[in-house]
Amino acid sequence: MAARKIPPPAVNPENKAFFEAAAQGKLLIKKCGACGEFHHYPRSLCPHCFSDKTEWQNAGGTGTVYTYSVLRRGVPEPYCIAYVTLDEGVSMLTNLVDCDFDAVKIGMQVRVVFRSTDGGPPVPMFTAV
Amino acid sequence: MTIRGKACVVGAYEHPTRKAEDKSVAQLHAEVARGALADAGLTKADIDGYFCAGDAPGLGPLSMADYMGLKLRHLDSTDTGGTSYLIHVAHAAQAIALGKCNVALITLAGRPRSEGHSGTQPRTWGANLPDAPFEAPYGVVTTNSYAMVAMRHMHEFGTTSEQLAWVKVAASHHAQHNPHAMLREVVTVREVLDSPVIADPLHRMDCCVVSDGGGALIVARPEIANNLKRPIVTLRGAGESPKGQAGGKLSLTTSGAAWSGAAAFAEAGLKPADIQYASIYDSFTITVVMQIEDLGFCKKGAGGKFVAEGNLISGSGKLPFNTDGGGLCNNHPANRGGMTKVIEAVRQLRGEAHPKVQVKNCGLALAQGTGGQLGTRHGSATLIFERS
Repeated sequence: MAARKIPPPAVNPENKAFFEAAAQGKLLIKKCGACGEFHHYPRSLCPHCFSDKTEWQNAGGTGTVYTYSVLRRGVPEPYCIAYVTLDEGVSMLTNLVDCDFDAVKIGMQVRVVFRSTDGGPPVPMFTAV
Repeated sequence: MTIRGKACVVGAYEHPTRKAEDKSVAQLHAEVARGALADAGLTKADIDGYFCAGDAPGLGPLSMADYMGLKLRHLDSTDTGGTSYLIHVAHAAQAIALGKCNVALITLAGRPRSEGHSGTQPRTWGANLPDAPFEAPYGVVTTNSYAMVAMRHMHEFGTTSEQLAWVKVAASHHAQHNPHAMLREVVTVREVLDSPVIADPLHRMDCCVVSDGGGALIVARPEIANNLKRPIVTLRGAGESPKGQAGGKLSLTTSGAAWSGAAAFAEAGLKPADIQYASIYDSFTITVVMQIEDLGFCKKGAGGKFVAEGNLISGSGKLPFNTDGGGLCNNHPANRGGMTKVIEAVRQLRGEAHPKVQVKNCGLALAQGTGGQLGTRHGSATLIFERS
């Protein structure tokens, strides 16, 4: 079966740093200098307190599976979508890759890996620790 | 100020088609508008307010208003996906209460079945979406988005696939009496579980149908409703609420119904036990379980048990729901199920549902919708109606 083509993310001035870091194998998340909260997906203005003092931080790159689903029909090849809760506390939508989909469990520990997209920068995905 | 008692649904019409290869979308909008006007006993010249969502052809409501030749003094094209049409009813009531219009038309139409759209394909909402760069690469589609909610609900509350299947079983019991329903066969829990897995843990029969068609509503001030020959269905309370990912502080097991429902019950001065019939948006079986919990028909986490006791089946259950067969069996026109939710609630309050599923002396009904995706971001809306 043909592997799923991963659509490239639409890079814009606000999210450019995230995808430049991804190309270097680094996962960035945003932290607010005013309220101290992390958030994801990244914004210039904090979605919690609306301060503009948000800063990019290197994430540890590990977390746990919050939920997941394997799409099995209507696609060339099954793939696993998931939310992973990073150790920093924020959850991000992602894919689980290079693992046995039947062995995936909520609460499972995972670590970030980067996968190339169809003509765009790589994006963070996760695999079992 | 309240909208309680300020507006009535005087016309309701569901297009009988489920596959409209020989019609245009604009034509379907006009056909449902004409059907609702005939149902109300009004004419096009009576309409002075018009509501449609962002999926209607053209820029907001402009093209459809021009196509249908409407003369308007109030417009609204709020779009929250499939629940838009519940919000339109509430906004129409607000406009009527403020004197901005007297007779509001709400239309929905689409042809996803003829055009080959399904819930395993990505849907795009434009290049400048802030969330898309962080979601589109991962292949989030309608089915796997709701499936992630079901998976988490099972994890937190012990909900099972067998329990979810009961939602479809109840819908099929109702659909057998609807000659227009796409799927009229009564199904069993076993048949739901034996249908192919689309996105874990959801099976094909946990998913709603894809259908062409549409529907329309006419909302008018009570003085006008009183002069028409139809039973009077009055809006008693309404609430609306969006819910998203909260900047990554994710909680997928509560829907916006927790807030829109509370607001609607407060405005109506009612509690869940007062409701005799409920239209609950059934994009998927999990959607129903989430919403009945969040509306307070059972405790949070107890929705699976509640539905598995047969409580959704008209005639025997505590909360008869979707007596037209709902989106799971009857119709999900344009991939937007809010319109048909309101229409069946109106039928119940008028005593015009099929006799086999009609709730006796139905005086209070609720319509609940969620639109967008429960797994990413959605709009919720709740309406409570009474027969006057």
